[in-house]
Amino acid sequence: MKGEILFKNANLVDGRGEHGRADVLIGEGRILSLSGGEAPRVIEAAGMILSPGFFDPHAHLREPGQEVKEDLTSGLTAAAKGGYTDLVSMPNTSPVVDNAEIVAALKKKAASIGQARLHPAAALTQGQEGKILSEARLLREAGAVMLTDDGRTNEDAGVLAQGLQYAASWGLLVSVHAEDASLRRGGVMNEGEVSFRLGLPGNTGFAESARIARDLEIVRYVESRGSQEAGQRSRVEGRNTQVEGQKQTLLHVQHLSTRRGLELIRQARAEGLPITTEVGPHHLTLTDQSLNSLNPIFKVAPPLRTQADLEALIEGLLDGSIDCIGTDHAPHTQDEKELDMLRAPFGIPSLEICWPLLYTALVVGHGFPLHTLIERFTDGPRRILGFPPIHLTEGAQASLVLWSPGQERPVVPQSFASRAKFSPWAGWALRGWPSVTLVEGRVVYEQGAVQI
Amino acid sequence: MSQSAVPSFPRHLLDFSDWNRGQVESILETAQMMQEVLARPVKKVPALTGFTVATVFFEPSTRTRLSFELAARRMSADVLSFATATSSTTKGETYRDTLRTLEQMGIDAYVIRVDAAGVCHQAYGWLHKPVINAGDGWRAHPTQALLDAFTLRERLGSLEGKKIAIVGDILHSRVARSNAELLTMLGAQVVACGPATLLPGSLPGATLTTSLKEALLEADAVMALRLQKERMDKGLLPSLPEYIAAYQITQERLAWARPLAPLLHPGPMNRDVELEGTLADSPQSLVERQVANGQAIRMAVLYHLLVGKRS
Repeated sequence: MKGEILFKNANLVDGRGEHGRADVLIGEGRILSLSGGEAPRVIEAAGMILSPGFFDPHAHLREPGQEVKEDLTSGLTAAAKGGYTDLVSMPNTSPVVDNAEIVAALKKKAASIGQARLHPAAALTQGQEGKILSEARLLREAGAVMLTDDGRTNEDAGVLAQGLQYAASWGLLVSVHAEDASLRRGGVMNEGEVSFRLGLPGNTGFAESARIARDLEIVRYVESRGSQEAGQRSRVEGRNTQVEGQKQTLLHVQHLSTRRGLELIRQARAEGLPITTEVGPHHLTLTDQSLNSLNPIFKVAPPLRTQADLEALIEGLLDGSIDCIGTDHAPHTQDEKELDMLRAPFGIPSLEICWPLLYTALVVGHGFPLHTLIERFTDGPRRILGFPPIHLTEGAQASLVLWSPGQERPVVPQSFASRAKFSPWAGWALRGWPSVTLVEGRVVYEQGAVQI
Repeated sequence: MSQSAVPSFPRHLLDFSDWNRGQVESILETAQMMQEVLARPVKKVPALTGFTVATVFFEPSTRTRLSFELAARRMSADVLSFATATSSTTKGETYRDTLRTLEQMGIDAYVIRVDAAGVCHQAYGWLHKPVINAGDGWRAHPTQALLDAFTLRERLGSLEGKKIAIVGDILHSRVARSNAELLTMLGAQVVACGPATLLPGSLPGATLTTSLKEALLEADAVMALRLQKERMDKGLLPSLPEYIAAYQITQERLAWARPLAPLLHPGPMNRDVELEGTLADSPQSLVERQVANGQAIRMAVLYHLLVGKRS
């Protein structure tokens, strides 16, 4: 059989498990064969792992309007470098992504850049002002995959309930930044022993769990009203129609950070509530103790929590209460992050190190099962957004990443493709660095791959 | 950090986390000597001749700034005074840019007052010169704590085992944080007291209570903090009369403390709010003594950071 690229002796791991070694032949954008073949490019992949491409359900690429922090080219290149073949961009740009024209323009530009694929999220309400719903039907036609007012919190419960109902009727998932603004107040870090000692305004973890508790009740309310429409929903046409037999997720809770929030979600899911959640790399590897440095590089929303929260989140990721990893990649300029703790903006960039970081911290350091972590980077996000999974079988879409489990390398922010060249993990020695990223059979990133 | 007969010193006074008791005792001893200098007819020594000290006040505070500047001048240092009212920070220049500009002017030590916790720590990282924290947000005000400790020791002798009550808005108080840190290092037992909404969940070294009686009972000294009026606007306090009813230090309530227990206030004072009108002027009040001692303490700190032995 003839193809375009042949990975020799690759170890195959996807969201279902580990599948041993194979010679993987790629062609026509697909996996043509798992038993070798001929190709003009042959890459020696012994000692490397081939996985489905990662999918980030939550990244801030800042375009349009804040290109000084990041733009589509730098962001999508950073994603490809990090092993991501797909990502969802957040709409809190300037102007806000709240109409079909901007979504279509973003999609078109991203396609011409040809790095990781862009799936824009659009605003739930016009201008993210929390008042008038945005045009879900038109946004979806233009390619939006999710509606969210992320960057702001949904203070008006009635608007959120209507938004959930309306978005669901067009097969669109709604995601929320779950924090009660009145409890959060001006908090710049986790409220607790560390914030009390440092004299910094605290943001209590209960601001998150209180908001999740409210939102769970809103989901129950919307479900109780919307059961008669269930049939209609499944008839919605389009790319991200839900997989057969799977209950459509109504609400996705972004960047979960607290043990208490996790408990609420776990319990609601056990009751069958159609909700999902994600966790970010920073909440799985850092705690509020990092703020002892008084360095705004660690300032993020929701804030870094305690060791007990971190351990609970790892447990939730393991047992599936947390569906996926969302980077919440939030680039800013170096100057902005060198302001003081009160004035520096919230956010940590992580697209190009998220996989090596969590592979090293969780799999190598914590004994976390490899294929489960892969699942949370691949099938998990695709499932909640209604994309079909990519598994390493003949005929599967060749959006893949080849990465090295053995080679250790430090995090060097200066070499980031992202414009945000700072990192709270600078200097951490990580394994798992991507070597080749393919989008539909096309090489979008390559470093250090051995060609034969 | 090792303790020796002549201790070496950190190159900054950001808070007390890098300071040990021996170093603090040395500062207090030196302040005693400075006190003697200040009692002379010619109140000037040449110790810091040729050094330039910048006072950089991003947040207005006349008293603390004047105290530092006079302290530096009494040691013969040159003083560069920078305050936001006359600065470019209002035009969008960042703290870092302002400090880096000053750095080009050959400054030997920086005294910084700022509204955000941590800026003095950041500044030390940017400047690599001695930095003295003259108050950063709610976090720390170490020279205030040193002068409070000095003033208390003048009256009480050793602070070992002494109960010191701090009363007021503990949550937003850098004075409370630095005093809790320092006074406990010197062996005192600190009880911090205030309305529930103005207490942090914890304060290292201190016991927390909402009961004024519990705080004042058998106290060896009482320190009242300034109440910022804007706390009422943020829903943290119902009203001023409500605060006064529960937490004002009155002659009657002061009787819960030990006889003649000294009374401190970091200033500026809201008369008839934190303290009953006449109390501030009573023999028990050390408020004026605190101001006088502030200068000696700041001379001692400048001396040790600029020409003292390095750690």
